[in-house]
Amino acid sequence: MILLYLPILLPLATASLMVMPALPHRLRYPTALTGSLAQLAVTLLLLQGVLDAGILSAQTGNWPAPFGITLVADLLSAAMVVITALMGLAVILYAQPAVARAGGGPLAFAHVLLAAICGAFLTGDLFNLYVWFEVMLMASFALMTGGRGWRAVKGLTAYVVLNLLATLCFLMAIGLLYGLTGTLNLAHLHLQLALVDGDATVTAVAMLLIFAFGIKAALFPLYHWLPAAYPQLPIYTAALFAGLLTKVGVYSLLRVTTLLFAAHQAAILPLLLVSAALSMLLGVLGAAAQGDVRRILSYHIISQVGYMALGIALFTPLALAATIVYLLHHIVVKTNLFLIAGLMRHLGGAYQLERLGGLYAKSGLLATGFLVAALSLAGIPPLSGFWAKLLVIRSTLDAGHLSLALLALAVGLLTLYSMTKIWQAAFWHPAASPPAGTAPGAATLWMGAPVALLALITIFFGLGIEPIFQFATHAAEQLVHPQIYVKTVLGG
Amino acid sequence: MSTLLALLTGLIFAAGIYLILCGNFLRLIFGLGLASNAVNLVIFTAGGLSARRPPLIAAGQTVPTEPVANALPQAMILTAIVIGFAIITFVLALFYRHQRTEAAAAEEGRR
Amino acid sequence: MNTLILKVASRLMVGLILIFAIYLLLRGHHSPGGGFAAALVAGTGFVLYFIAEGTAPVRRTLRVHPASVAGLGLLTALTAGLLGPLSGRPFLTGLWLSAGNTALGAIELGTPLLFDVGVFLAVLGAILTVLLALEEF
Repeated sequence: MILLYLPILLPLATASLMVMPALPHRLRYPTALTGSLAQLAVTLLLLQGVLDAGILSAQTGNWPAPFGITLVADLLSAAMVVITALMGLAVILYAQPAVARAGGGPLAFAHVLLAAICGAFLTGDLFNLYVWFEVMLMASFALMTGGRGWRAVKGLTAYVVLNLLATLCFLMAIGLLYGLTGTLNLAHLHLQLALVDGDATVTAVAMLLIFAFGIKAALFPLYHWLPAAYPQLPIYTAALFAGLLTKVGVYSLLRVTTLLFAAHQAAILPLLLVSAALSMLLGVLGAAAQGDVRRILSYHIISQVGYMALGIALFTPLALAATIVYLLHHIVVKTNLFLIAGLMRHLGGAYQLERLGGLYAKSGLLATGFLVAALSLAGIPPLSGFWAKLLVIRSTLDAGHLSLALLALAVGLLTLYSMTKIWQAAFWHPAASPPAGTAPGAATLWMGAPVALLALITIFFGLGIEPIFQFATHAAEQLVHPQIYVKTVLGG
Repeated sequence: MSTLLALLTGLIFAAGIYLILCGNFLRLIFGLGLASNAVNLVIFTAGGLSARRPPLIAAGQTVPTEPVANALPQAMILTAIVIGFAIITFVLALFYRHQRTEAAAAEEGRR
Repeated sequence: MNTLILKVASRLMVGLILIFAIYLLLRGHHSPGGGFAAALVAGTGFVLYFIAEGTAPVRRTLRVHPASVAGLGLLTALTAGLLGPLSGRPFLTGLWLSAGNTALGAIELGTPLLFDVGVFLAVLGAILTVLLALEEF
């Protein structure tokens, strides 16, 4: 099944072409764009394949599972790689004015990042997942520092150190799991871990993994690196990170809780529940105190990740489907909001709310795009966020946690408050001082097109929720009943 | 032997964490290096200790004739060492660039 | 470092180190060695060269930019992997082509060697890019 490899190989090939100084300058941006379009095409083919034939798997180098490196695509993985490729395309379109003159160097690392994210979504092997995490980390380092001043290094230290600690804990968990079961293939681990008696060791391993993925996903109390780092980044990099990186952590949590620790949930889920609730609350409260658009949006990532973790912690089929809907919705909306923040800076000259103003008069289209994304984030019907929040709250009520449902509602209202604050200050009120931004031009078109595209996706996501919910339900079914997954990987 | 290695791992980890928490950038890097080596020791110990031959197959054979050590934990450690080394190098380069920029900025300030 | 001893010694050493690197690369599939180790050894050869002579002669000797070497290496490794699917087998399957017994002994060529060459170029290019940039900064 070469189709499983192409979402990883195409961006790697694109990146290796782009790092060559031999590639003519004028061909660099078109190479990046073509690579991204090709990646989107193969991920769509992969999704089609999974919809037609069920879970797909491939054994690298003809080594049978569990000895070789297995790639697996179930509905969740396939949907995640499609959305990853789509965000990659949006960000690469958006970055055109910023990188065209620089020769597109940062875009090479953006492609490495996309390859690593797709690798993490598609792998069926825990050690391979670790390797993709490290590739992701290295690519994100290169993206953070490349093409920028070095003053921002201080703000990035927390990101670097915490992510390194996360990978160390992940690696330690891998070593202990291997010692415990003698395998690292996820499907094989599913079978082997069920045979292990000695809950204490398994729980310790599970805690290490949750700590590692919790840092990646920016869950309470491990989220402090995120609002310190993201506002320091070039805005297109921030958009790519904000949309995808934390969600790789959420995806990994989803994978290990369903596949590895299905028999050891009693110790894990209550912890996740508390962490999710506090992430939701503290993230949104943190955002309310900020006056910089990027910082507000960064804090909202934390609270939104809380909703997704809440779905995992409840662990009913409906809650997992809610998490999947939330993942897909949130990646699109959050990427779009960061892209919009960049456009606000482009047209209004600043990220600080007190220096912004009058953007509604300047560009009605940008205002519309912001409204769509912001109202969806806050959960206003009929946009995508409404359905995502509705599903999470519904599954919370089904599980009998009334207080958590009320908390989720309150966090939604506070999100609306933050979004209204941005709307009031940046779009509605006239600017206090003469705005320093540039007039709309060709650059605005490059930057505006992906914003419009993602806003349209948000609207259609909301209007066509029925098939998406069906899809998420099927994907959640595959997660709750991993027998087919295991059988596809191990054969027999 | 396992107990000894476990204690050693704990000791190295403690030293690494202590250095990370010192609040000095260079010590932080050394701390990360120590901690990553401690993790490698964990994999090594958890993978099972055995005094056997290295997993090499003699010329003309297709399978090893004597019991050999499990190569997989070692391969994992090798991968982890390479990645850890690359990241430490990156962070050191970051630190170096940072120091140079700071020094240049201070120079600018004096003028 | 501008010392006569190092300059003279490096002229002898660099060639030897590079030959040793090629030796490691070629014996790597069945015996200890391989593309990664070979690239690190070759890298030390170039490092010795630029410590003795400065970076400009190294860049001149290389002729191509090290980043191009890295990109080419990655593409080579990907090609080696893709030969599997092109012949109807999984990605990265080792395909062997025996060139029979020659005066030098049995020569076996296969995609693992091509993959190793790719790894060698990718690692060598990457470390040279980084080290030259750091040295020149």
